[in-house]
Amino acid sequence: MGKSNKDLIMDPVFDNNPIALQVLGICSALAVTTQLSTSFVMAIAVTIVTGCSSAAIAAIRDRIPSSIRIIVQMTIIASLVILVDLVLKAFAFKLSQELSVFVGLIITNCIVMGRAEGFAMKNNVKDSFMDGIGNGLGYGLILLIVGFFRELFGSGKLFGQIVLPLKADGGWYEPNGLMLLSPSAFFIIGFFIWALRTWKPDQIESA
Amino acid sequence: MDIQALGNLFLKSAFVDNLALAYFLGMCTFLAVSKNVKTALGLGVAVIVVQTITVPINNLIYNYVLKEGAPLVNANLEFLSLICFIGVIAAMVQILEMTLDKFFPPLYNALGIFLPLITVNCAILGGTLFMQQRDYNLTESVVFGVGSGFGWAAAIAGLAGIREKLRYSDIPPPLRGLGITFIIVGLMALGFQAFLGIQA
Repeated sequence: MGKSNKDLIMDPVFDNNPIALQVLGICSALAVTTQLSTSFVMAIAVTIVTGCSSAAIAAIRDRIPSSIRIIVQMTIIASLVILVDLVLKAFAFKLSQELSVFVGLIITNCIVMGRAEGFAMKNNVKDSFMDGIGNGLGYGLILLIVGFFRELFGSGKLFGQIVLPLKADGGWYEPNGLMLLSPSAFFIIGFFIWALRTWKPDQIESA
Repeated sequence: MDIQALGNLFLKSAFVDNLALAYFLGMCTFLAVSKNVKTALGLGVAVIVVQTITVPINNLIYNYVLKEGAPLVNANLEFLSLICFIGVIAAMVQILEMTLDKFFPPLYNALGIFLPLITVNCAILGGTLFMQQRDYNLTESVVFGVGSGFGWAAAIAGLAGIREKLRYSDIPPPLRGLGITFIIVGLMALGFQAFLGIQA
């Protein structure tokens, strides 16, 4: 692998985005995007878990018998997720309540497994770590974009700070309730993919 | 818990709190395997079966071993729950695969590669985690398992049906494939929101 660190990190963000192109890891992500703060925490958590698990798996990749590799990977990922979960509960209890089951669901997030299986099993520790971080960031970017629109138009706030004053509080903005419901996240991702593929036409799928 | 309350729980878990459309669980497989109705139905059945088995088993393990003050172990092992649940799910899928292979070969062949895939399907782990969070008892967890599995299967079958028809439509090139699928799922989720009205 002759890729530089920059390529390893930047590639997955736009050119090979895990959500928009590889269709990975949409599962646990979208429900946390009603607010920017939860999407932000989720993005960091996934980036850390993906980076660390890729590095850990790459470190022992020659010692894992291939017949039980999935279980070994699962155990490593699950331990890291438990760590993240405990740290969140200790230092940001309210956020961890809002994220509810979705922190635990990072385990089955296909990005983490996908990178472990697809990249970390074949590359050295440093490259795998960078690749994990890059994929986590590409995933985080989409979370933040979706979270930005949903919080701004759904409740007129960003990170809990009022940006568009609501009608109910004497301002002018009538919040769009649909943005707080699940369908809006699908729409926003759909339009994001549309925009990304108009910008980079080589990602268009053949009919 | 009387029958009516259980019936409500079933309807709620299948439609109102649909795992796929309201909580986005199992999305990867949901989008990848919904290209034609037949495979979608096969996967749907597999999810119902696995969900019905794993949720109650995890419920027993959680209530008797892991929970604080659980009767079998004199320690609070709650922090181990994630590892235990995923282990149970992986083991159950493996056992189910071998049982089906031995006793019901036609069903095994029909489900094919979908069974092992289910281990990493977040809908399964999600169902278990919701069971833990909402503190269901054993009966409730059985009903919840069947209901949520059924809801997921219904959603994927519906999406597959729509995508089959989609082949005949003229979609802007950048929206082809994944993009339009997301928007359709959004519209389906909007439809499922209508079930909010049936809460008793």
